[in-house]
Amino acid sequence: MNLMKLLDSICPDTRNTTETDQFYSRREAFRLFGDFSKKVVLAAVPVSILNAIPTVAKASTESIIGVLNYALTLEHLEYRYYQNGLDSGIIDSADRPIFQKIRDHELAHVNFLTEVIGNVLNGTPVAEPSFDFTAGGNFMPFEDYPTFLALAQAFEDTGVRAYKGQATNVMESDVVLTAALSIHSVEARHASMVRRLRTKKGQDTVKGWITNNNIGTLPAAASGIYAGEENVSHAGVNVVNLTGIDREAVSEGWDEPLTMEQTLGIASLFLSDSN
Amino acid sequence: MKNELFKPEGLIQKADRRQFLKLGSLTVAGAGLLMMGCKDDEEMMPTMPGMVSLGSGDLGILNYAYALEQLEAAFYAEVMKGGYFANASAEEKIIMGDLEKHERAHREFFKVALGSNAIADLEVDFSSIDFSSRNSVLSAAKTFEDLGVAAYNGAGQFLESADLLLIAGKIVSVEARHAAAIRDLINPNSVDFAGDDLIDANGLERTLNFQQVLTAASAFVKTEIDFSQLPS
Repeated sequence: MNLMKLLDSICPDTRNTTETDQFYSRREAFRLFGDFSKKVVLAAVPVSILNAIPTVAKASTESIIGVLNYALTLEHLEYRYYQNGLDSGIIDSADRPIFQKIRDHELAHVNFLTEVIGNVLNGTPVAEPSFDFTAGGNFMPFEDYPTFLALAQAFEDTGVRAYKGQATNVMESDVVLTAALSIHSVEARHASMVRRLRTKKGQDTVKGWITNNNIGTLPAAASGIYAGEENVSHAGVNVVNLTGIDREAVSEGWDEPLTMEQTLGIASLFLSDSN
Repeated sequence: MKNELFKPEGLIQKADRRQFLKLGSLTVAGAGLLMMGCKDDEEMMPTMPGMVSLGSGDLGILNYAYALEQLEAAFYAEVMKGGYFANASAEEKIIMGDLEKHERAHREFFKVALGSNAIADLEVDFSSIDFSSRNSVLSAAKTFEDLGVAAYNGAGQFLESADLLLIAGKIVSVEARHAAAIRDLINPNSVDFAGDDLIDANGLERTLNFQQVLTAASAFVKTEIDFSQLPS
């Protein structure tokens, strides 16, 4: 961790005046967006409000649209996966309500992000790509329920890490950040449920939380999804040394982010060649 | 090595703090320092005996998280000593044991991160919880975990430091994993793990502000918490 950078960000008075002013004016500018969830329900923000935002904030808007389109791509993937799974009839009838609920959330995320990108930020939401959930014939998730569950876990844990990796890239907008965090924790709830469901069915021994970088019984191709989750040091503090708590438990206590590049590397396995 | 995160306040009192850190960064960084705080410009309000003040800015928010982690850690420590845990199923013993360790790790991390800025230990009041009752314990666990998620989600927007925001993000998803598991223990194989009581039609989980969270927490905390300097 860059100590000076951290200190600067905690104590803005240590910056020079211009930096400080810019920092606050950008955050203030974004506050003009107001309460997001209400905006989305009430439809588009008047263009005049967007025009009132300083130039620097407009540049940031572009960057935030990029992040949200990345999130939207992942949500398209998740929604289509669960919808196909439900349509295929492969899901145990006792578990169908669980996956209907997850599907509903992913669809809501698709609609929400599409609305925000298009009608609040005046950007262009990405269209749904074509997916190949067999990853070139390697998996048969819609013919084999354990495979369906395994990929569901992979997508949910990836989603959690992907959102986490973007939090700091949208922090100039309080409302976008809060919305992203509010999606992030929903994905984590999904992940916990799917992981535990697999273990209850005897398909794995994973817990609701991620132990080290353990992929359990997932195929080796899943190792990238858990790479780095073994980290036990935060802000320079090794929590195992600090507490004497076992490394497994400490690694479980903190989830780790994925970069956009890492995430897209994982997701690209499931994009069909026709894109 | 014991964590000696903070230089005594007197050492840096009159110096330019950044200059000090530049000069002293080897010592300080080598000791795993997280932050020095903003003591220079903080007018600490005098607090009543038995009352803690969270402080302002990012440090105040860290203290807010520390307070919640104290509460959770104290709760699971009690769970481990109670009759419910003694007779719990193997699965539930593993879950409770994990949650106790995770929350204790969070608490200790925040304590050392805050150093001399950390609030005192909170005095908890779990008299409303029956630790011999599965229903009572799981219901309280659900309250604490859901509250933790909503608190972190609500506080994120006020953090100015990207590094601290990432750390909060690393913790909040684990709290959400806990919450989903506890809800599934209460109502197995239902949709409660991500229930409509928490998640709106846009698929967004609820957020709670400082006051809402601390009001809910106050049912379990005797210590009075002054959060008036937190950002809004």
